[in-house]
Amino acid sequence: MNAESIEQLRAGNPRAVARAISAVERGGAPARDVIAAIFRYTGRAHVIGVTGAPGTGKSTLVNEIAKEYRRRGKRVGIVAVDPTSPFSGGAILGDRLRMQDLSGDSGVFIRSMATRGNLGGIAAATSDAVQVLDTAGYEIVLVETVGAGQNEVDIAKNTHTTIVVDAPGMGDDIQAIKAGILEIADLLIVNKADHDEVSATVAALEMNLNLKPKAENDWRPPVLKTIALQGDGVADVVDWIGKHRQYLVDHHQLEVRERARFRAELEMVVQNELMARLLRGVNESKVDSLVEKIATREMDVYQAAETLIGKEN
Amino acid sequence: MSDRPIRVLIAKPGLDGHDRGAKVVARALRDSGMEVIYTGIRQTPEMIAEAALQEDVDVVGLSILSGAHMDLFPRIVDLLKQKGIDDVVLVAGGIIPDEDMPAIKQMGFAGAFGPGTSTQDLAKFIRDEVARKRGATA
Repeated sequence: MNAESIEQLRAGNPRAVARAISAVERGGAPARDVIAAIFRYTGRAHVIGVTGAPGTGKSTLVNEIAKEYRRRGKRVGIVAVDPTSPFSGGAILGDRLRMQDLSGDSGVFIRSMATRGNLGGIAAATSDAVQVLDTAGYEIVLVETVGAGQNEVDIAKNTHTTIVVDAPGMGDDIQAIKAGILEIADLLIVNKADHDEVSATVAALEMNLNLKPKAENDWRPPVLKTIALQGDGVADVVDWIGKHRQYLVDHHQLEVRERARFRAELEMVVQNELMARLLRGVNESKVDSLVEKIATREMDVYQAAETLIGKEN
Repeated sequence: MSDRPIRVLIAKPGLDGHDRGAKVVARALRDSGMEVIYTGIRQTPEMIAEAALQEDVDVVGLSILSGAHMDLFPRIVDLLKQKGIDDVVLVAGGIIPDEDMPAIKQMGFAGAFGPGTSTQDLAKFIRDEVARKRGATA
């Protein structure tokens, strides 16, 4: 990146922001170039992950949270991640559909991203896109993902405050005690609180939290009710995000979380890079012939992998 | 970098609520490997230009059946230019009468596709147009 585009990005020029996100999304050299230029300017935004099952109202809620932050004078960046089809490589990115209230506001920048299916790539690309928005002066960055795969959960987890969205009728109390996305929540939200069975959903989540072994100074996630379509309960959510941030500051958790995130990112980048270097020397026809040998039981998968990358010393 | 997925914005300007065609197109382009940002019905020219800017798309597809294209399209084209977006492929869909076609082309649209268009033809058209644009800017 040249000095002029860095300046434009820092000044929040939307074209510069959009282009920089495209570059980090592409990965490889273009991504490294952008991050090398901006990394020193990052670390100011409060990053909020929003995840949950499809249909719980995440995008509508993100729309309302962004509106509330705008009322409080904050500039808001949004990264909305939707899955890439494993068959065609294409994707429908529909989150903007629920965020139309935000259009025309230069204090909001919304970017849709597809997971693109490259190993670990989306987690890296999302983190880099957040850094671009951070550099451009967005004080609050919301990252929305479907809480379906490990990748998506990881993205939401690697933020300052993680919000898990649930809705009445999504499952019984056994669903709530299953391991999974509930465990990463700093705030639990039961959206669509005007529907029946909302108290049962809240009770199941509360019970799950009560059963969790407590450590001293632990943050206990609040269970909050919202009706995102009407904006009900959203100011409360934003207040709680503020309380959670204060907790992180008071207990020096911002530093701890940041170091944990950087460690995870470093490991991920090393893994991806090693994988890419190993696979560069492998040709497809060799893989095909190995698959054939596995199918005819001539070799097992471990032996085939060894022929590709060599034996571990 | 030509292997990065083609990003397409599909939007419906104006007041008609008939979005079946736009949704079929969005789905077909997804199935041909493109990333489709779908923003739905009743989009103002400002909303469309802003989404195209923020999403850094290669293609803007506008579907309209209300007959207001000769009012809305120039407004959208102007706003895109104002925002410095001069390299997107513009495609129209819906009901565009033949007599308006010269004016639509004049505005900078690469093509217009009405009812009965094969989605494969449309996807191929978009791929070819984007390849040409990317080739020109590379």
